[in-house]
Amino acid sequence: MGQLFNLQFLAGHIHYLLFIVLMMTGLFIVVDKTNLVKKIIGLNIFQVSVFMFYVSIGKVTGGTAPIFPMDDKYHVDKEALQGIVYSNPLPHVLILTAIVVGIATTSLGLALIIRIRESFNTIDEEDILNIEQEMTRDDNIKYRDVAEGLI
Amino acid sequence: MANTALVAEHTARTLYDHLPLLQVLVPFCAAPLIVLLGSRRLAWPLAFVSSAIALIISVMLMMSVREGGYISYTMGGWSPPLGIEYRIDATNAYVLMLISAIGTVVLPFAYVSVKDEIRSKDHSLFYACWMLCLTGLLGMVATGDAFNVFVFLEISSLSTYVLVAQGAARDRRALTAAYDYLIMGTIGATFFVIGLGMLYMATGTLNMADLADRIADQGANRTVRSGFAFIVVGLGLKVAMFPLHLWLPKAYTFAPSAVTVFLSATATKAALYVLMRFIFSVYHPDFSFTTNALEIIFLPLAIIAMFSASFVAAFQINFKRMLAYSSIAQVGYMLLGIAILTETGLTAALLHMFNHGLAKALLFMGVGALVLRTGSAFYTQISGLGRKMPLTCGAIVVGGLSLIGVPGTAGFLSKWLLVQAALERVAENSSFLLVSIAIVLSSLLAVVYVWRVFEVLYLREPDPNSTATEAPLMMLIPMWILAGSCLWFGLSTDFLYDIANQAALGLLDGSMGMLDSNEALGVK
Repeated sequence: MGQLFNLQFLAGHIHYLLFIVLMMTGLFIVVDKTNLVKKIIGLNIFQVSVFMFYVSIGKVTGGTAPIFPMDDKYHVDKEALQGIVYSNPLPHVLILTAIVVGIATTSLGLALIIRIRESFNTIDEEDILNIEQEMTRDDNIKYRDVAEGLI
Repeated sequence: MANTALVAEHTARTLYDHLPLLQVLVPFCAAPLIVLLGSRRLAWPLAFVSSAIALIISVMLMMSVREGGYISYTMGGWSPPLGIEYRIDATNAYVLMLISAIGTVVLPFAYVSVKDEIRSKDHSLFYACWMLCLTGLLGMVATGDAFNVFVFLEISSLSTYVLVAQGAARDRRALTAAYDYLIMGTIGATFFVIGLGMLYMATGTLNMADLADRIADQGANRTVRSGFAFIVVGLGLKVAMFPLHLWLPKAYTFAPSAVTVFLSATATKAALYVLMRFIFSVYHPDFSFTTNALEIIFLPLAIIAMFSASFVAAFQINFKRMLAYSSIAQVGYMLLGIAILTETGLTAALLHMFNHGLAKALLFMGVGALVLRTGSAFYTQISGLGRKMPLTCGAIVVGGLSLIGVPGTAGFLSKWLLVQAALERVAENSSFLLVSIAIVLSSLLAVVYVWRVFEVLYLREPDPNSTATEAPLMMLIPMWILAGSCLWFGLSTDFLYDIANQAALGLLDGSMGMLDSNEALGVK
């Protein structure tokens, strides 16, 4: 029987744990809250957790920003270059794209909420659901199909 | 890699070499152009011309890869795996052709339908969004870079949410439909990105062919496996795989007619293509977890989808909503074809993708025409219109028959192949006999819901006060083009079958991988 919790392993992967906590928080807010704006906030937290996940996988222990050291003539300092460890910039660049996508999604979601507020007069999901169920019920009565019993 | 210089040297010089990029770029440039010109009169012609160009390009691409092989296009001359690569083979040329063909055929229909359903001041923005959506769909199919797929997926999704919300001019429920779709779509896309992140962690690359090589080298480990799970769930949301389909009925019901036509025939299909790409090309089908996941998860879910969605469809009182539920059932057939995991099964899935795209687009166009004349798609509103709108309803009949899979229509071929694929595997696993019976039984459910529409249209007395007349020519022509192709591909089956079979073979081979690709580039 191995140790149930390997503390050293957990401490070494603490950023993954935090990422999972943040991700679950976000998802829980999206699922649980009935206020549409809060749902968008939850969605944002969810997305930010993924951004942090990407940023953390690009980090190399002891690594620095991937910029070449310069000598006083602004040439690449080849001596200083030896032994420098760089973090991987690619995931960071990727996540810039994802951040832009996230902003677009948030703004579109908020714009939709404004329109929903204008036409439903509420931004609470349960109220909207009630209104919609009533609309469906009205439709069902108004357009009741005579042949419904046949099937 | 000695051949990398060759790749750079080989980078596109003539216009013909640029086709893979132009495929995506033409509609992409049309979108801002429409907004900048801001003219309501120019918006539609621009959109139509650019999707027609996209169609021509996709046919040219199809012709150059239909015998096998592929075209590798390196973005800006940066050789893969570092640069972004567009890779066109028989599989994605086939899907590109479906998307751009539907996009082009729907636009004349949209011209009339959009005029009727959307405020005129929004028209140019509407077509700009339409073009962006087309760009996104074409892009996610054409690209060979996994992160690029995500970017294009989001381009198409964001514009789709806007397009769905345009239905608010008729029914305010379109807004909440778009909102629900936005929440679920974003969760799906984010899951996809998490999966990509895990793949990147394990392999350090994002090029699909390179990913395939490296995953094959290191075998399955936990990171690669969980990446697979995230990607399948994320794309499953976009495909409307059975328990993840909740956004679909509402979005399709309340979106403007033209948008529903376009989305039903292309959006889920493009996502399904990406799913296939990941299952077969990135994760090789021989990997135990792919096979297990497909048989334990996809197969039962596909069968449940086929039955439950068809069952719900039979009880709808709204034609459009009924078709939306039927779409979920049809996605079940395609997933079933994938899950059978043989050449025949995959060919059937790819064929069904195309045939269902044609039939569903046709039926939704029929709904759009009926809505234009009567104002809604409820059965009581459209009853007896078979005599007043004979050409529209005739096209609906053709589409309905193809949806059921009656011999002589395109739908028959793919369902027949699907049953055949299930029967082929009976020898090794007798439970596939049940699968083939399930396909036939669920097709009978399709008979029930399609027959109900026929009964409503032809056997009932029309409303005496109804002033409905035949749909305008701009609607009838696209409808009958699709109806004609439903019949044509049902009778002359070789063309599509050959392409789909080639595509299926390509997928089952797994990826050609990075090293092979550089060698193959000289031959192209």
